[in-house]
Amino acid sequence: MADHSRLLSYEKKDSPIHRLSGFTKLVFFLSWSVTSMLTYDTIVLIIMIVLSTVMYAVSRTKWSQVATVFKFILLFLSINILAIFFFSPYQGCDIYGQKTVICHLFGSYYLTVEQLFYEFNIILKYFTFVPAVFIFLVTTDPSELAASLNRIGVSYNICYSLALALRYIPDVQDNFRNIKNSGQARGIEMSKKASLINRIKETTGIIFPLVFSSMDRIETISNAMELRGFGKHKKRTWYSERKLLKEDILMICASLLFCVCAIIYTYHDGSRFYNDVFAPYFMAPR
Amino acid sequence: MESLIEFSDFTFKYRSQTEPTLYDINLKINRGEKILIIGPSGSGKSTLAHCINGLVPFSYSGETKGDLKIKGKDHKKLGIFDISKVVGTVLQDSDGQFVALTVAEDIAFALENDIVVQSEMRERVKKVAGQVEIEDFLSQSPTELSGGQKQRVSMAGVMIDDVEVLLFDEPLANLDPSTGKRAIALIDDLKKQEDKTVIIIEHRLEDALYKDVDRIILISEGRIVSDTAPAELLCSDMLIRNGIREPLYITALKHAGCVITEEDHPEHIETMDLSDHAHKVRDFYKTIGRKNDNISTETILEVKDLSFSYDNEKPVLKDINIAVRKGEMIAIVGKNGAGKSTLASLICGFNSPDKGSILLNGSDISPLSIKERGEKIGLVMQNPNHMMSKPMIFDETALGLRTRGVSEEEIKERVNKTLKICGLYPFRNWPVSALSYGQKKRVTIASILVMDPEIIILDEPTAGQDYRHYTEIMEFLKGLHEESGITIIMITHDMHLMLEYTDRAIVLADGRVLMDAAPSRVLTDEEIAERAYLKKTSLYDLALKCDMKDPSDFVEKFIYFERSERARGDLYG
Repeated sequence: MADHSRLLSYEKKDSPIHRLSGFTKLVFFLSWSVTSMLTYDTIVLIIMIVLSTVMYAVSRTKWSQVATVFKFILLFLSINILAIFFFSPYQGCDIYGQKTVICHLFGSYYLTVEQLFYEFNIILKYFTFVPAVFIFLVTTDPSELAASLNRIGVSYNICYSLALALRYIPDVQDNFRNIKNSGQARGIEMSKKASLINRIKETTGIIFPLVFSSMDRIETISNAMELRGFGKHKKRTWYSERKLLKEDILMICASLLFCVCAIIYTYHDGSRFYNDVFAPYFMAPR
Repeated sequence: MESLIEFSDFTFKYRSQTEPTLYDINLKINRGEKILIIGPSGSGKSTLAHCINGLVPFSYSGETKGDLKIKGKDHKKLGIFDISKVVGTVLQDSDGQFVALTVAEDIAFALENDIVVQSEMRERVKKVAGQVEIEDFLSQSPTELSGGQKQRVSMAGVMIDDVEVLLFDEPLANLDPSTGKRAIALIDDLKKQEDKTVIIIEHRLEDALYKDVDRIILISEGRIVSDTAPAELLCSDMLIRNGIREPLYITALKHAGCVITEEDHPEHIETMDLSDHAHKVRDFYKTIGRKNDNISTETILEVKDLSFSYDNEKPVLKDINIAVRKGEMIAIVGKNGAGKSTLASLICGFNSPDKGSILLNGSDISPLSIKERGEKIGLVMQNPNHMMSKPMIFDETALGLRTRGVSEEEIKERVNKTLKICGLYPFRNWPVSALSYGQKKRVTIASILVMDPEIIILDEPTAGQDYRHYTEIMEFLKGLHEESGITIIMITHDMHLMLEYTDRAIVLADGRVLMDAAPSRVLTDEEIAERAYLKKTSLYDLALKCDMKDPSDFVEKFIYFERSERARGDLYG
């Protein structure tokens, strides 16, 4: 049994989220990102995680569609968390204005409650944002996304390039698999038997043929597009553009409302880092 | 008659090249005509097509001399978008030209660019999809369709603009024979019903001639060398001299000593008048024979009860049983999507079977990894660009040995020896990028051969090759097979290849083995040909029309005769 799901590419399914228009999902995605970037409020973050988990389930996204990318993100998250600690071990103390030492680690590094809390919030931020990206990518038809972007004023050349890039993700993945197979048959060990360093080294060897075969495709596709009148006028229409339905309007309103409320709540006590619920347990009242 | 396209003393040179690609072209195409343009690879026929659709000079710039008028206007003054309203182009690589994720959207692409409102687009898409019979697939992704359906989508995409000229760039290249035949029939219907002017560019003459054309333009080395009705061209020796394969029945008739004239109507075997020729063909049949090859009885590869599916629901292969004897050269044939490439991927270990086993020299190879199988069974992929990862030819060929830790000394010896066999030794220090497609293909074969495998599997070894390169690659493989006795398995939908170069054909259809017999038997069995989307050979029709009792035997003997002629080099000096 071979696994044929492709990573992070649009898959046609019938779910309430798939039925929303690309424009709605774009508005949701942007407002969600803004919220998740601004807030450090633990309550808001936890609510967002719960909501995005529910949406992930509703979107019927399969784990295999995102697993590899998710693992990479976890790796990156760990590096990020450690880097923050090593480069500014007292960032949390600066933010919360006090220093509650738990223990001494080494050199001038002390583990503090404030730093832990600060980094805990960063981890939460990742987990609010990542599912939203996944849902957005796997449920949005690239052409519809292009139509939506065009609607909010982005030049259609840029929109179409983006749509094409997304559309070719599965093709490039298939090509990659083909090239990898032929390399393995000739003895390049890329399975788990080889060391990580070797696997990375050998994988870079695939990039060349992949780039060359992709270049050929770019020439063909740009010819095909030109022969069918792409770029003739300043505007174009979109076959796959969807009219906004009642659900879309509701979702757009809900997204914007959530974004505004979350930001107001985050800032109501004067700082986007501080919050009433958890902070009092370990901090002196301000 | 109104001329739509008119070249006069037209010469074109690409900016990056020193010599012109087209010389002194004089060609007039009238409204309502159906024209076939043929020529070997590199003859300039694609460039001629680019001039007609405006890619030259608007996408590929260069110097032009002389005139090219499209609908009476100078092509340079028109611009590519105006030309695209007159000439609709269906490109060769139908996968590469899809711009959208659904069939409907792809068809609508030209309308979107013309700012047509959505409701009108939907109507027009529906109408044109009906004309090419793809209305049931409108919401599917074009990449999920079969080769023939893909081509129909491309056709709909250009027809939606109501163009006057339909230009087809190698429409048969990616299709299995019977789908190709239907594509030619569809083009013919469209021409008649919609009153279009049609230009087809092909090098597979026999298949393209399945329906009548008005004129054939033969291009060679950048010049038009012949511009006549098909019958006249078939009677001459212009085709052979310019590296184009004649229809097989014409070749057979010429070998039998018949002098073909235009009055015989040689365009189609079905309607050709053979009254003067039949007895000569029968006499010729008596003079040709076939000696039996000694093929060992030892089984090298055995596939037992093999089943496989990608999604656990739709089986791609079901209960496949195949035995390959040592030193055989066999073909695995069947329509696109019949499971041919999947079978190869299972043998090489890229996928693992759901059921059944694969035995090499009697022992099960399921525990072996891809790498370990690669030492015994080499796979040459269809697209050589998918296999090249080193910039230099020597290094590319040496790759498999280096990864296996062979000493540099031995590598040098083995690589040089292999490059000599493949005729690449003089180029050993060249960069891979300097080679032609055919030469790259040989490098990939060399890089497999160097590992000294027992079996070599080639996926579509001749796809996209013209007759000259086809012959070059196949003669090379045949020579290799005769000298080293290596077992060769070819996956193909090229009927000529299987008929001329293999001892046995395994026909796959809907994931099962439909027939396992001599190619001449397969291609003379109408029922099998029908079910496996093959096309029976015109030699069979010739034999029938000459009242022969055993047409299959005639086909087999004639092919054997032609093979030995070719070995003597009589055909291509």
